[in-house]
Amino acid sequence: MQNDVVLTMRGICKQFPGTRALNNVDFTLRKGEIHALMGENGAGKSTLIKVLTGVYEKDGGSIHVDGSEKEAHIRSPQDAQKIGISTVYQEITLCPNLTVAENMFIGRTGDRIVHWKEYEKKTAEILNSLGIPARPRQELSRCSLAVQQMVAIARAVDMQCKVLILDEPTSSLDEKEVEMLFGLMRDLKRRGVGIIFVTHFLEQVYAVSDRITVLRNGELVGEYVVQDLPQVELVAKMMGKDLNDLADLEEVGRKSLSGSEVVYQAQGLSSTESRPFDFMIHQGEVNGFTGLLGSGRSESVRAIFGADRVTGGKVMVHGKPVRISKPYDAMKASIGYLPEDRKRDGIIADLSVRDNIILALQVMKGFFHPMSRSQMEQFADEYIKALQIKTASQDTPIGSLSGGNQQKVILARWLLTHPDFLILDEPTRGIDVGTKLEIQKLVLQLAEEQHMSVTFISSEIEEMLRVCSRLIVMRDRKIVGELTGSDLNQATVMKTIAGGEQ
Amino acid sequence: MSVLKSSGSVRRREPLTDAQLLMTISICIFVFMYAAAMLFLGGGFLKTQQLFDLLNDNAALIIISCALTIVMIGGGINISVGGVIGLTVMACALFLNTQGDGGPLSILLTFLLALGIGLLFGIGQGALISYLEIQPFIVTLAGMFLSRGLTTILSVNPVKVAHESFTELVKTKLQIPFLGYTAKNGNLIPAKLEIGAIVAVLIVLLVYLMLRYTRLGRNIYAIGGNQASALTLGINVKRTRFLSYVLSGLLSGLAGFVFLMHKPAGNASVAMRSEMDAIAASIIGGTLLTGGVGNVIGTFFGAMILATIQKIIALSPLNDSWWQEMANGAMLGLFIMLQSVVLSRRGKGRLTLPSWLKFRKE
Repeated sequence: MQNDVVLTMRGICKQFPGTRALNNVDFTLRKGEIHALMGENGAGKSTLIKVLTGVYEKDGGSIHVDGSEKEAHIRSPQDAQKIGISTVYQEITLCPNLTVAENMFIGRTGDRIVHWKEYEKKTAEILNSLGIPARPRQELSRCSLAVQQMVAIARAVDMQCKVLILDEPTSSLDEKEVEMLFGLMRDLKRRGVGIIFVTHFLEQVYAVSDRITVLRNGELVGEYVVQDLPQVELVAKMMGKDLNDLADLEEVGRKSLSGSEVVYQAQGLSSTESRPFDFMIHQGEVNGFTGLLGSGRSESVRAIFGADRVTGGKVMVHGKPVRISKPYDAMKASIGYLPEDRKRDGIIADLSVRDNIILALQVMKGFFHPMSRSQMEQFADEYIKALQIKTASQDTPIGSLSGGNQQKVILARWLLTHPDFLILDEPTRGIDVGTKLEIQKLVLQLAEEQHMSVTFISSEIEEMLRVCSRLIVMRDRKIVGELTGSDLNQATVMKTIAGGEQ
Repeated sequence: MSVLKSSGSVRRREPLTDAQLLMTISICIFVFMYAAAMLFLGGGFLKTQQLFDLLNDNAALIIISCALTIVMIGGGINISVGGVIGLTVMACALFLNTQGDGGPLSILLTFLLALGIGLLFGIGQGALISYLEIQPFIVTLAGMFLSRGLTTILSVNPVKVAHESFTELVKTKLQIPFLGYTAKNGNLIPAKLEIGAIVAVLIVLLVYLMLRYTRLGRNIYAIGGNQASALTLGINVKRTRFLSYVLSGLLSGLAGFVFLMHKPAGNASVAMRSEMDAIAASIIGGTLLTGGVGNVIGTFFGAMILATIQKIIALSPLNDSWWQEMANGAMLGLFIMLQSVVLSRRGKGRLTLPSWLKFRKE
């Protein structure tokens, strides 16, 4: 075995009920290397990390650490730490109410008595040597998120870790903080620590990484040296499309809608989760936000609906300025929103199908104007038939329906309010192909026949191309392009998502 | 890399932490309140004995307030402490009366009995809460009912301690002549401090040292601050939580013994609702119900504030129990608002419901 290899994972398999999360995956980490682990949702990145850190037990394969011939047995995060594998997660896993020094040392000293002075002195040394701008006696909650992140890393480094896993460390940092973190990462690299960098920000991967391993659907796509893999190819590998195949796909002509009325227009709209952006949609238009996971597509539509706290920007609905700061405002402006995570934000599992359908309309009417029972039943019946929702009865709790049918119920909820502008965030995720097609057809039908404007978000580019006449492309939380007409083909979309030079 | 070098001196003064700030506020309020009582009510408040009486009368409350602070810092709650005092007092009183006029040995046995009862409750409740992960509110509510029920089973009627050595012990007081005062007839009356009061102050100091300088103490802060993080930092969360309840149980037993030394009689309604006073004292002293923040010195002053309110109202024309309740309530409300304002001004957001009050775990 090579001397500079610090971690070898061979033929890792992990099975979950119903799915094969990891299938024969290899991964090699060298000393003093920053190795990006890339892949779309469900590619198996986090499963691989969890196998490595002992959160999950692997079903097959072997792990060797530090070039040793003996197989490493990792059964818990503590085991992993003992053999030198430390993880720093996206969410800070330190205690905000303790001091920086305490966070560095708590849980890993054998002493029954806390030697504050000693810890503080050691911490000061470590912070100094790594250039982390924090003071040992500072309460952790007083430090910025980036510094908290760095303190977590410092703790890992002080525990003599050989492998440092950074799981989406930059998601909640701003650009300056990201630079600080990168500085620290490069410093650690010089000290010979092997770093696994999990992120979905393409540009950050190219800024610090030496190598990239791409996973897709639980399988290894390949390991590449950064210089040899242009951004476009990386995206293609992550999405599982060959660039040459893409170019052959037929171009779909779309009719222009620029003449019709603008239903919704936003200028410089921003929320706590999204950066300022402009957006508009015509009557009867179907457009879409596309981009990789975490590119800011969901955050943008949440800002439109007022689901996150709106922090700025002008909004016009039918040419009149309105203020949308909470979902109720948006509903009054005739905007509907089907959230990405239907389990968390969408369904109320214990309520019946009927109650779930009439919910939005009831909110619009106000709770002091209850609908009559017969009216509710009539509405529910109508939409259960129209959308072919498969349910035993109106009274069945929605939680017992299949995913696709739950999604239809929520769709019915919004259609019942007859919105002018409907936002569908990943309406087809996790549902069967048949229902997927039905929903796509329905969207086009709504736009054509009822002149409804629809904004559609999906991770599947084919689906987006099938329903949208205009695609807004996002990367790293910025809008980087708008594609219409003949540009609506997979190759162009991918290139825009990947960005950068050819 | 453009990174600020951290300052060289480790001993640099840090801004007050939330706990320190809230504690400082409660000390100031206590001092202010006591000074106002001296000015406007005069009389007893001008004598040191008054301050000592606050300690003498509230020694048990101070001890269970410490117990509450420990579990609240760990993110839990314990409302069985009052019930455990009641049970301990009754059991010890009955036990002493079976001992004839036995010497110091029977007192030692009684003391161990008190600690044993507290320990049993602590271990039982701690095990249910930590290892079976049942809501602490429910478990200790059950503990409260259980202990009150057991007290009544032991004896429906009040039991007066007739044990000679023990009554001697009750009468034993630390006399401090130079803090005393001269009575009208010219006799010097020294200031008197009961043993229980001394024990209570010692417990406050011990718990302070435990929370600040031992691994267990810091681990309790860690699990209250962020349980998930504490786990990944390598802390044995379950054992830490378990030990925090064992400690609070043990302190409740001790408080029962201290109570008996102050008023040597058992009674089904002894220390009724004192758990609520203890919670109030902790909160007024700067302990957050959400866990992770708190300080037992603050708790001591919280208990003293409640005691002072009680005294002031007893001496004022408004001497009715409901005035005291209302004053306590107003004080507590004021403090919760104050904490909320202080914390949100410092950018920590509003006070939220503690996890044991939430319907679902997040």
